[in-house]
Formats: sequence, C-alpha cells, structure tokens
Amino acid sequence: MLESQVAETTTHVAEPTRRDFLYIATGAAAVVGGATLVWPFVQSLAPDAATVAAGAPVEVDLTPIAEGQIVKVFWRGKLIFIRHRTAEEIKAAEDVNVASLRDPQADSARVKPGKAQWLIVYGNCTHLGCVPLGQQGEYHGWFCPCHGSIFDTSGRVRGGPAPINLPIPPYTFASDTKIVIGQEATA
Amino acid sequence: MSDHPTTYVPKSAFGKWFESRLPIAGLVHSSFIAFPVPRNLTYFWTFGAILAFMLVAQIVTGVFLAMYYTPNAGMAFQSVEHIMRDVNYGWLIRYLHANGASMFFVAVYVHIFRNFYYGSYKAPREVLYILGVIIFLLMMATAFMGYVLPWGQMSFWGATVITNLFSAIPVVGETIVSFLWGGYSVGNPTLNRFFSLHFLLPFMIFGVVILHVWALHVPGQNNPTGIPIKSGKDAVPFTPYATIKDIFAVVVFMIFFAWWVFYIPNYLGHADNYIPANPAVTPSHIVPEWYFLPFYAILRAIPDKLGGVIAMFAAIAVWFLMPWLDTSKVRSTAYRPLYKQFFWVFVAVCVLLGWLGSKPAEGWYVVVSQIATAYYFIHFLVILPVLGFVERPLPLPNSILESVMGVQKVGAGMPAGANAAPQSKG
Repeated sequence: MLESQVAETTTHVAEPTRRDFLYIATGAAAVVGGATLVWPFVQSLAPDAATVAAGAPVEVDLTPIAEGQIVKVFWRGKLIFIRHRTAEEIKAAEDVNVASLRDPQADSARVKPGKAQWLIVYGNCTHLGCVPLGQQGEYHGWFCPCHGSIFDTSGRVRGGPAPINLPIPPYTFASDTKIVIGQEATA
Repeated sequence: MSDHPTTYVPKSAFGKWFESRLPIAGLVHSSFIAFPVPRNLTYFWTFGAILAFMLVAQIVTGVFLAMYYTPNAGMAFQSVEHIMRDVNYGWLIRYLHANGASMFFVAVYVHIFRNFYYGSYKAPREVLYILGVIIFLLMMATAFMGYVLPWGQMSFWGATVITNLFSAIPVVGETIVSFLWGGYSVGNPTLNRFFSLHFLLPFMIFGVVILHVWALHVPGQNNPTGIPIKSGKDAVPFTPYATIKDIFAVVVFMIFFAWWVFYIPNYLGHADNYIPANPAVTPSHIVPEWYFLPFYAILRAIPDKLGGVIAMFAAIAVWFLMPWLDTSKVRSTAYRPLYKQFFWVFVAVCVLLGWLGSKPAEGWYVVVSQIATAYYFIHFLVILPVLGFVERPLPLPNSILESVMGVQKVGAGMPAGANAAPQSKG
C-alpha cells in the first residue's frame, strides 16, 4: 500500500475522552472499594482478641522438677518439654563433634548461660509432629515412635527422618527457680 | 432467550475451544450483554440486581459468621458476644448480616409492589412470578431461623410462638411440633437443626433465583407501559445500559445499607434479644422482626387459633393466585386510573397492618386489625377480579419508543427520535 493512499479517513483515538476518564475513575473506585470490602473479612480470620490474650507468656515454677525429670507444659497450644538434666546428660550433650550433626548446633547455644541443667524445647518431633518419648533412644534423649527419629539430651536430631533439632521456644529466667515462656530476656 | 439466537463468536482460539465444549460465554453474552431491555425502565427495575447482591452479601457474611458461631444452647449467646468483642471486625460482619436481612426485605417489598403496580405477574410471566413468591417464602423461613440463632429472649420466644402455630393443625399438629422441636419444648436440638437449615436454605434460594432469572429471560422484562417490545428501537442492549444502571443502583443501596450498619445498627432489632434466653420468663412484648409484622397482625386479628394460622398463610397463598385473580386486559396500573387508587389504598393498608403488628393485641388495635385484614383479602378476592371487568383504562401508547419520545410529527408516522440510540438491537 502506497503511503500516499493511507489517508486520515478513520477517526484516530488520539486524545483521551471524558468516557475514558470515567472508565478509569470507575474502575479505580471499584478496585479500592472492593479491597476495602474484602479487608475486614480477611482480618476476621486472624487470631481474635481472646485467643491473643490467652497466648500471653506463662510462668513456670521450676522447684518441683526433680533432676532427671521431664515436665510438659503448653503455651499457645503447643507442647513444651522442660527437662532438668543430670550432670551425665549435660556432659553427653556437650561432648559431641558439632560439625557431624545433621543440624549442627552446640549445646551451649540451646540453653541459657549458667543454666545448662535446664533444657527447654518444643515437644513435637520435627518430622511430622508426633510427641517423642523421653529418656529413650540411643542417646537417652528422646525417641519418636511414629517413624523412628532419635534426639539426644540436647534435643538435637541424631537419627531417623527428622530434619532439624527440637526448636527452642522463647523463654527467660525471671529468677533461678522461675521461667517465663513466651518472653525473651527483658533489657 | 428463545427469540434471540446467539450472535456471540469467541475471538481467541482458547475461546473457540472452550465455547464448543461449554457454551457459557455465549450464554452470558446473550443474557447479560446483548439482551434487549425496554428503554423506558425506571429505577424500580434495578431491585432485581439489588436483591441478587443482597443474597450474595448475606451468604458471604453468613459463612464468615458461621466460622465463629457455636450452635449450642449453652454457648450460642456467648459466641455471638465473642464475635462482637473478640473477633477482628466481628462487630461489622455481624451488623452487616443482621441489618442485611432487613435490607433484603426492604428490597423485596419494593420489588413485589413494583410487580403488583405494573402487572409483571400477568401472562406470560406467571411462572416467573410464582417462582418469586416461592423465593419470598424461603426468605421468610431463612430469616425466622436466623433470628433464633443468637439465642436471646426474642430468639427463644419467637421460636416458641411460631413453632407452636403448627399445633393448630388438627390431629397431627402436636406431633409435628414435637418433631420441629426435637424435644418437648424449644431447646438445643431445635437450635442445632435451625442452624443447619439456616445455612442450607440460602443455597436453595440461590437455585430458585437461577430459575427465576431464566424464566425472566424468555419473555424479557416488563416495563412501565406494560406493552411489549415491538421493534428494535423499543429496546437497548443490557450492557452497558442496564448493567451500569444496576451497578449504580446497587451502590446507592449500599450507602443506604451502610447508614443502618454504622449509625443505627440496633434500631431495627429488639433490645430484649440482648438478654440470654430464659424459658421461665416471657418478654412482655413479643414481636417478630419488622418484615413479619403485617402477617403477625393478620394472625392475631382472627380470634380463633386455627383460623388465625390459616389467615396468615392465606395472606401469602393468595399472592400465588394474582395472575388469575386480576382480570384486567391492561397490564400496567399507569393506564388504570381507577385501580391506581385502590392500589395505593392497598399499600396503606399493608403499612397499617405492619404498624398494628407492633402494637399489643388490645383495645381498638384489635378491631382495626380485623378491618384491615378483611380489606386485605377483599383487595385480592373482590377488587382485583371485579375491577378488570368494570374499569375503563386509558389508551395505551403505540410503542415503548413512543411513550418515551412522544409521538413525532416528522415522517409518515415513524418516530424520528432514533438519534440517541445507535446501538438498538433488532
């Protein structure tokens, strides 16, 4: 087609019209309105005020826990082991080549300074969530009967399908005999 | 849809592939984009879209409330307060749902009176209309059961009174009531089954609404003149005209809705429903929600127990007969000057019955209720049939276009006002 034959016979939408403005404005208002409408419904799914209040930190008195004993408590619906470790258990936990572990972590990193006898870990196997059995397994830490995961006296995974060590919840010592689970050390 | 063959051709290869397997795009196109709509529809014709919006709104808010509500007699009231106080934006979802029910009924009453005024129930729309009455009955059942769920004083005693109505049925009445209750009185089994049915019925309503819209699309919409579309220029395509008008009307309605929700969320309710249900104490003044008041007045107007129940159900049953009770050959009341006056008297009587329903059944309220109830039935059973024969209607316009543009003197009778509608469909 010769360029000279390309005449300006069709109306070219060169400038935006009022209609374009209205379409864009209406579309934008609909998007903003829609988002405003959806937001409260999505927010309503979040933990409600009562659940949040019930999730506040819990205090645990350590004095009744004998040496060698493992105690179970709940915080935010999750199980937590509080283990009063014996001297042998502490030594076994420390005398480990950390680099050889599946999830390398020194025992000192899993307890509070000066409080090595207190091991506090979440009580669900990191494989698929079963509660492991205390003082069992090759290392006398925990043994998970579901699929055979083995944890040592520091709660670190030593065998079986679990990928990582038993995690440590946030906690702090309010005194030598009392901990607050759910709260890191205050300044 | 029968006289509008689909002109939809998919543009993309995927569109063609999908359309040949499930022609839903063509269906949407022929029903809601190309569908010819009378050009003279007023905002009274937007209430169908408003009702569809309210149904979806009630279902969405209801599903979310069901995530936080406990349908057990010992915990229901407290769970509603938990929603109001603890759940994030729970107060908003609850008020949207409670006031949404009232808004739903405001819209449905406007829609119904629009049908009565313009004769939208007349042939060939009888089935469309009857489906609508069925939807209304389902709405009443749903609203009644929903009001029981908070398990307040009004919830409990409203449930007691309304379920006791069925004991008026001779022979089997008491058994039916005990089956409704699931016990010897309104209690936890009643609450549990009302919750289940309250969740179910809106989806039944949704199904009947689909039938209702399908039945509408056969003859198409009625319009203020009552005369059908005769040629292309009488109509405009659904999109953009009806689409934008419906969206605009829904937005205005949402503002109206929002005013109740945010400024006076408890006005339409009853304060006694903030008192936990007490089977030992009946509130001094039991009233149903405002949208049931006219029927409540009719129920109480008849001094006989069974008679009152029959009258109340008959008040809605008579609506089913409208297409055949109305003998007028003219559809729209706009052209029926005599009936128009009776129509507005009927509206006033309905409002009066509503007001009477909120009053105690004492003194002159009783007599007036009886007169109003009698007039209500006379309107349907006497006035409607007789007036059709006796009345002299106004002359109808030649076409919808003519009623909008006026009779044009230009050309041999052909209306010249076509320049404003370049997209009219034939």
